[in-house]
This record gives sequence, structure tokens and C-alpha cells, in this order.
Amino acid sequence: MAVIDTLRLTAEEATGLLERREVTAAELHEAYREAIDDRDPELHTYLRVVDECVGDGVPIALKDVISTRGVETTAGSRILEGYTPVFDATVAGRCRAAGLPLLGKTNTDEFAMGSSTENSAFGPSRNPWDPSRVPGGSGGGTAAAVSAGLAPWGLGSDTGGSIKQPSALCGNVGLRPTYGTVSRYGIVAFASSLDQVGPVAKTVRDVALLTSIIAGRDPADSTTVDHPEPIRLPEREELRGVRLGIPRQIGDLRAIEPGVRAAFETSVELARSLGAEIGECDLPLSFEYGMPCYYLIAPAEASSNLARYDGVRYGPRVDADGYREMVERTRDAGFGPEPKRRIMLGTYALSAGYYDAFYGQAQKVRTLLVREHRDALERFDALITPTSPTVAFPIGERAADPLAMYACDLLTIPSCLAGLPGLNVPCGLSEGLPVGLQLIGPQFGENALFGIGHALERALGFDPVPERLR
Amino acid sequence: MAITRDQVLHVAKLARLDLGEEELERLTAELSEILDAVSKVAELDLADVPPTSHPLDLVNVWAEDEPHRSLALGEALANAPAREGDLFRVPPTA
Repeated sequence: MAVIDTLRLTAEEATGLLERREVTAAELHEAYREAIDDRDPELHTYLRVVDECVGDGVPIALKDVISTRGVETTAGSRILEGYTPVFDATVAGRCRAAGLPLLGKTNTDEFAMGSSTENSAFGPSRNPWDPSRVPGGSGGGTAAAVSAGLAPWGLGSDTGGSIKQPSALCGNVGLRPTYGTVSRYGIVAFASSLDQVGPVAKTVRDVALLTSIIAGRDPADSTTVDHPEPIRLPEREELRGVRLGIPRQIGDLRAIEPGVRAAFETSVELARSLGAEIGECDLPLSFEYGMPCYYLIAPAEASSNLARYDGVRYGPRVDADGYREMVERTRDAGFGPEPKRRIMLGTYALSAGYYDAFYGQAQKVRTLLVREHRDALERFDALITPTSPTVAFPIGERAADPLAMYACDLLTIPSCLAGLPGLNVPCGLSEGLPVGLQLIGPQFGENALFGIGHALERALGFDPVPERLR
Repeated sequence: MAITRDQVLHVAKLARLDLGEEELERLTAELSEILDAVSKVAELDLADVPPTSHPLDLVNVWAEDEPHRSLALGEALANAPAREGDLFRVPPTA
């Protein structure tokens, strides 16, 4: 059997080992299980692991918002504790059909609401580059697991940045696909006009491969469509003729740390040296109104989606003499502070007398954001920004201040509202911690993003293994 | 934009949350602060702008009207916190 270095092995390399019969799928699964036993007590990236290797392919970690038949799925919430789905989410089924054995379910902020995993009812995950810091969120579990060699790849879900931002903070590649290209059937819903499932891995090629496995129309999710062209594994090594647009507004954003800005500017220069044409684009409203728009629309939709947790069909129940009291007590005991905050905010924004001023107005702002992204992408093949304004921050630093936590997604939110695909590619270090580059493409522009991302990744030569684990 | 304790209590009722006294206090302060921040959307004059409810241009997605297998009764009831025979059991609704 070949020596398996889970810290370095890519899913593509693992596929090669399997094809050449140098390892078996069970041996591969076991190697990751051992790495999990070794390092996960410190990092807490998994909420539960699967001992049995089912499938003949490269194993995978799934965020705990993805329903897995026979494997408990909690979305990081007490209100789903003990819930064991009787069916697979479509994406879990597609991974199963592709032979990818499940390694386990990864930690997430409760109902994917957060940017640090500190909102998980089961405790935070830790960043493999510095365990005193957050891995980002909500998909911090998947991102940290991939960086720490506890999974070769995984799936997350992204509403306003929950794939891209943790990938940036952990130093790996994450894709939020074009809205509608990946099924949400069986995903614990947060905000349905925004939620998208997507892959996280060490390389752009691995992310492209996993995208090709999960993407495509699903009759069980009527919001899905097929990509107009198949997903291809990128091979591009230069960027000749590629037009990249930098939103001029990010120059004025004081929230972007100097170290993040420096790493970003270095990679822009590198893109230029690979032949890219760099220009400025204009997103006048996105960074000013994106956040308020998002924090009306997402909580409003969440308040509706989370109405289903009533202690009747699944999950724990707090008993009471009457039905209504049972529901109210069950929800009070089952939801943590962040879901409650968002349910309250969303219910308020949708309530009589406030609907037009809040939810209705936010939907109109969204139209303007869609338009300004469309206009910018008429002149550019992709837009380019830092993914997160900061590197990974210390656990506890923002936990008590909801608005400070919401600000983590300042740069990822606007394109999510516009329904566009976004790719995080690690682009350097600041203070010894990873910095991520965000590439935004037009609808269905995944192949172009993969090509650009792959060329940049090769030229950057970023080492995705955390320094303290090398 | 300040929200009052009574408004928070009313919203909690709508949302079916039996909030404790301490939580009610905390949420009153937090929601006021968050509403202040999100009220920024009111600055824009958007009278002529249509709303976007969904970023994909899909209308009338039809499915063939064909019978197919759905969850078996035992599966549907498998996670129920309380059941009686083939039914979900709940406390009296009146």
C-alpha cells in the first residue's frame, strides 16, 4: 500500500491511487479516519464520523445541513438533535452514486447562520493554522477538515458566504455555484432565494471535479437548471486576453485589513504578468447596500423556513398541556441565540405594516445589485476582490456583537444576492494566516472561473498545508 | 430605529417563541441596533424598481403528473417525538 499523506493528497491524486490499485477505498477511508482520531479532538471539525467505508471512490465530508439517510443530521442545532433522515439529499445521493464514501458530517453555525462556527450548538471548530482562531463560517467544519487533512474534499452550503469565507480563512478552494445549478432537495433550508450547495477542496481542479458530480437539474428541486455546457477540469496556465475587473469601491473600504489588501494586490499583479487585462469596474451600491439588503431578505426567508420546527414530526419536544405552548416552548429551548435573532428580525420585517418598508424595499435593492453586477460583467470576464476583509480572527472576538459578525461577509454577500458564481482561491498569507481571493463570474460562468483560478493557483504556488502541521 | 419591548413580545408571539425575560431584554436592544443598520435600504428611492424574489429567470416549471413512491408511513413517523399508532401525537389544540 502506498503511503497516504492526507495533509497533501488531493482528491485527483487519490483517484489516481485508486485507479492504479495502489490503495483501496477502504484504506483511504481508514487513513482519513486515523487523521480524524489524531487531530479532530483539538479542531472539532466533525459533529459525527462514519466508521464504515461505503463506496469505491475518494471519501468525502458533508456539512451537517445535508440530509444523509441513516446518519444523524442536526444543522448544528439542538432542535434537530437525534434527527436521522430517512432519505438522502440529492447531492448526498449523487456522491453515493459516484461511489464517494462518507467520512462524516461537519460542524456548522446553527442553521448555517454565522461566520465563525461559534453559533454551533455543539461548540466551535478551530482553525488548523491557529487553533485559537475561528475557521470562518458557517461551513468552518468542512473548510477546516480539508485544510487539516481530515477530508480530501467536502460539500458546504452558501447563503451569503458560508463556503467562500471559511475557505478563505482556512486557505483552500471553495465554490459557490451559480444559483440554481445544484439541487437543494434535502438541504436544511435557511434562505431559499439564496441557498446554494458547493464544493471545498485543496485545488481548483478538485473543486471542478466535485462540481461536475453534484451539479445539474433535479426534478425534486424545481429551482434547478442544467449548466448550458458541461463542467470541465481546468488546464489553463496563462491569462492572456482575460479581462478582470476590480470594483473601485473596495479601495475605500476601511474594513479590509492592510495585510489582506497587500496579498490581494500582489495576486492582481501576478494575474497581470500572466497576461490578464486588469481594469476598474463600478459597483456603487453593492458594498453600501448589500449588507442591509441581505440582512432583511435572509432573515425573512429564514423565519418562514424555520417555522417547520414545531416538535411534532421530528426533533426533541418540550411537553406542555396545550399544543401552542408545546410549540412555543420547544422552539424556545431548541433554537440558539442566532436563529432566534434572525427569526425575530425576519418575522418583524415581514409583519403587517413593515413588509413594504423592509422586505419589499430590500427586494428592490436586490434588483439594482443584480443590474450593477450584470453591467460590470459585460466589460469583464470576472470580477476580483478579497474574499474576506480580514484573516481568521480569535475565537470570542466577535461572538457578542452580531453586527461585527455580520460584517465578515461584506465582500461575499453582493454577488450571492445577484445569484452569481464565486470562487475562493488562496492567494497568500498575512500574519501567518491565509488570505483568499474571490473571483465572481456571470451566471453559469463556472468553467471560466475554474480556468482563471487554476492559472492563478499554479502561479501563486500557495502551500495549502497549515505551517504548524507541515 | 428603536423597537419596544412590547413590539418584541408581539413578534415573539407571531414567531411562536416563548422567550424568557432576559432574552426579551437582550433582543430588544439587539434588534434595535440591527434595524438601525438595515433601515439604510430606506434611503433609496425605488418607486420604479421591480422587486427580485429569485435570481433565476424561471417561470412555470411543470412536472409530469405521474404517481411515484413517497415516504412509507413508518419512515414518515420514524423521527416523531410522540406517536399513537399511525399518527403524530400532540397535546390538545384548544
